[in-house]
Parts: sequence; structure tokens; C-alpha cells
Amino acid sequence: MVPLNYYLVLSGVLFAIGTAGVFLRRNLITVLLSIEIMLNAVNLTFVAVGRYLGTVDGQIITFFVMTVAAAEAAVGLALVISLFRHRETLNPDAFTALKW
Amino acid sequence: MTDYAAIIPIVIVVLSAVAAMLAEAIRLPGERMPIYGFGLIGLVGAAVASLFLWNTDAHSFFVIRSDNFALFINLVLCVIGILTMMFSNDVVEREHIPAGEYYALTLFAISGMMMMAAATDLLVIFIALEILSLAVYVLTGIRRESPAGSEGAFKYFLLGAFSSAFFLYGIAFAFAVSNGSTRIEDIGRALSAQATGAPPMLALLAVGLLAVGFAFKISAVPFHMWTPDAYEGAPTIVTAFMSTGVKAAAFAAFVRVFLSALEPLQVHWIPILAVVAAATMILGTVVGVVQSNIKRMLAYSSIAHAGYMLLGIVSANSAGKAAILFYLLSYAVTNIGALGIVALLGTAKHQHDELRDFSGLWRTRPGLAGLMTIFLLSLGGIPPTAGFIGKWYIFTAAVQEGHYALAIIGVLTSVISVFFYLRIVVMMYMTEGADVVRPRISRMAMTGLGLATVATFYLGVLPTRVLDVALDSISTIF
Repeated sequence: MVPLNYYLVLSGVLFAIGTAGVFLRRNLITVLLSIEIMLNAVNLTFVAVGRYLGTVDGQIITFFVMTVAAAEAAVGLALVISLFRHRETLNPDAFTALKW
Repeated sequence: MTDYAAIIPIVIVVLSAVAAMLAEAIRLPGERMPIYGFGLIGLVGAAVASLFLWNTDAHSFFVIRSDNFALFINLVLCVIGILTMMFSNDVVEREHIPAGEYYALTLFAISGMMMMAAATDLLVIFIALEILSLAVYVLTGIRRESPAGSEGAFKYFLLGAFSSAFFLYGIAFAFAVSNGSTRIEDIGRALSAQATGAPPMLALLAVGLLAVGFAFKISAVPFHMWTPDAYEGAPTIVTAFMSTGVKAAAFAAFVRVFLSALEPLQVHWIPILAVVAAATMILGTVVGVVQSNIKRMLAYSSIAHAGYMLLGIVSANSAGKAAILFYLLSYAVTNIGALGIVALLGTAKHQHDELRDFSGLWRTRPGLAGLMTIFLLSLGGIPPTAGFIGKWYIFTAAVQEGHYALAIIGVLTSVISVFFYLRIVVMMYMTEGADVVRPRISRMAMTGLGLATVATFYLGVLPTRVLDVALDSISTIF
């Protein structure tokens, strides 16, 4: 069996990739995708720890996380659409109605 | 075994939200319906249910616990909700906010806040956090025709979703540390069992990530960037609601998690939170001074107030914990009063949120100017108002634990903050009238403002009773 540490490192790397994406990407849809990557890194941790401990709790928690992620994506995409109607762009640098 | 008692207040609020949605669905086009009535009924019902549950310490499903701490927060949330509903009717109609959606989302957010305060399982806290956050994101952007509204909502959403990923990652590590449980008491037990020697890396990671998640929600520095934008972009009535409600719920969960489950690691997180508290107080005050938009100014003031409340968590004694509860209540009534007045003066065309819009308010609306002065002085911490007593208790708790530097920073920043609150007061009394149309304010909204004023003075003059209740409710969980 692959040791737990490998999974934890992999999820850490995935989480870091997602975090970097949120800061570096210049497209709102890609930024949303980066947040999804972060959430999936967390899911990986839950499943790996659950498997390591021999319980199903970790896998059940993953379903909760996936549900929340779906709800979040729905609201997020709706907000992207309402933003796009005002500015016709998805570049975060264009949104300057409020001081950053 | 399963006991439904503990979730009764939450269920009542959810039912009133569903009623609000149904009312919107069966409403004829153009028909005006007092939907806020459902909210008022539900919130009063939830408050009464909370009073009945007092001292019962009911558990539901092992993850929701209505101890006196949660019930105290429930009552604060009911006060916030009732005042919001009383102000909303004027504002919603005048600014063409979709009524059914607005009331339903507000009530759903309150149900999430109540759940967050009562949850004793990290996963349930997370779900409650998402229930309230998703509702508040939408409320922030509910005026879709406003570019600032959509932008504020999206920034809030983006940073909120980002922070909840951190929070969730913290839960995952806590899950690993406690051998497969997300219950707060199991995590506390696992941590205190390993208390001898250096704590494991995973435990420290869990503490750090959970702290980041909470810091975002209470808008502590350096995770405060969304606050001014979201508060400015949102309709003012929503700003009033979320600046008080979200903070109350997030602080409740913050106190519960950090002062019970993560208490064994206190030596590791107290220094970090002390620095965060100091930075939050300083930044909130200093940047607040230069703002010319009232909503932005009150956003920075709310950041500073989060810093004061963090001081209570850093003190980590029972005086500090009770002071947080007292402060949450006093901040809720005063801030919702101040922002409520800003909201009530706005119209669809003109938000009435710039500093100069307030010039000469004394001449046209002396009553409102007087009430606004009371709320601003209370926010600044001038006796005999609620804000003074709240700050007094917080700083006393900090001094008791030897955090002299933090207490001094707190006192100095409150002195500076009085400057920018008084700027509005000076504007209202001493300058010529601004050329703005100020709408009529209904009797209901005036009643709400009156209640908030009475509460401000009651907490300022006779605080002992409420503080005793706060101390009593703290003793039930720690």
C-alpha cells in the first residue's frame, strides 16, 4: 500500500497549485477552477486519511464537500455572468468600480 | 436518543424563509405584500424558543448543541434580524430590490448563522458557514443593474470561497489528528492526550488553516481585503445585516473551536492571534480615517471592531469570553442602527452614502441626526453608551492576562477612531445643507431605530445584567 505521507504531499502540492492559480490567473473562470482544485486537494486528504484509518468517514465527508463545491460553483458562475454583462470581459484587472 | 429540541430555533427561521419564498411565488405581479411580516414572526418565534431552551443544554444529532452560549448568540442574531426586517420594508420598495428573494435569503443566512453558533462538529460548522456565506454573496449582488454591486459580490465570493478551502483543509488535518473524527470534543481530547512534548506538525497545520478561515470571515488583517468592497457594493441594508450577523456567527464558532478544542495548543496560537489583533485594530482605524464614503468608513471601523473582539479571544479568560458576547451584542445594535439610518436615507438613484450627503442633516431631519450621533458615539466608545462598556470589558480582560501592549493599542486606536466618527457628526450639525432629496421614513423603521437607541443606552448604563447572562452562558461550554 502507498504510505499516507505520499497522499498528504500530493494533496499539499495540489492545494498549492490551486492557491497559485487564484493569484496568478487572469481569467475569472480559471480562478474559479483553481478554487475547485483546492477543494479537491482537500477531498484527497479526507479520503487518504479515512483509508489509512480504515473508516468510511473520510469518504462520506467528501460527498458533503462535493455538494458544497457544486453550490458554490453555481453562485460563482451566476456572479461571473452578472459581472460580464457590465464589462464584457473576464479579466479581473478590468473591475475597478471599487478601489481594490 | 435523538432530540429535536436543539434545532427548533433554526427550524422556525427556515420555515419563515420558506414562507417568504412561497409568498413571492403566489404574489400577483405588481401586488405589494408585507413579506417582512413572515421574517418578524419567524425571528420572534426563534427568540422565544431560544428563551425556552435556556439552561436545558439540548443536543440534537450529536452535532448541534443549544447550550446557553449558542442561545445567547441566537438572541443576538434575532435582534439583528428583527431590526433588519423593520428597516427593510422601506428600503426594499424604494430601491427595487426583489422582495421575496431578499427576505428569503436574509432568513436563510440567519438560519446558517444560528447553526454555526450551535454546531459542535467542524464539518457542521463548515456547512453552516457555507449556508450563510452563499446567501450573503447573493444578497451583496442582489442589485444586478449596479456594477459596483456585482463587483463587490464577486470579490466577496472569490475570497470567501478561497478562505473556505483553507478552512476545509484545516478540518482535514484536524480529522487526521483526532483519528478520524471532526467532533470538537474528540479533537480536544486527542490534542490534550498528546499535550506533552512538541505537538505534531499536522495539529499545527490544522490550527493555522482554521485560523485563516475564521480570520477571513471576521475580516481580520491580513485577510480583510474584501470587506470595504463588499460593504460598499452591497445595498446599505445588506451591509448593516452582514457586518453584524456574519461577525456574530463567525466569532461564536471561532470562540468555540479555539477556546475549547484547540485550547491545548494555546501557547502556539495566542502569540500569532495577538499580532493579528494588533494589526487589525491599527489598520482598521488608520485607513478608516481617510475614507470619504460612509459605508467604506464603517467597513474599516468594522475591521477595527473585529480587532477589539480578537483581543477577547487572545485574553482567553472567562472575562474575555464574556466580553466578546457583550461586545457582539452592543456592536450589533449600534452598527445596525448607524447603517440603518444610511440605508433609510438612500433612494434608488442616490445612495446617500458619501460624507457630504450628511451635511446639514440636523436642519432637515433633527431626529435622525440625533440618533445617528448616538450610534456613532457608541461605535467610538464614548460613555454612557454600549460601545464604551464593551470596550471597557475587553480591555480589562486583556490587562488581566498581562497583554498591556495590546490594551494600550486598543485604547489609542479607539481614540483615533473617535475622530472619524465625529467627522460625520460635525458634518451633520455644522455645515450647510446638501442638495439631496431625503425620503420619508415609515413609522416601523423609526420604531426600529428607537429600539436600537434604547438598547444602546440600556447596555451602556445598566450593563451588569447582560454581562451576568454572558458570563453564565460562557460557563456552560468551557
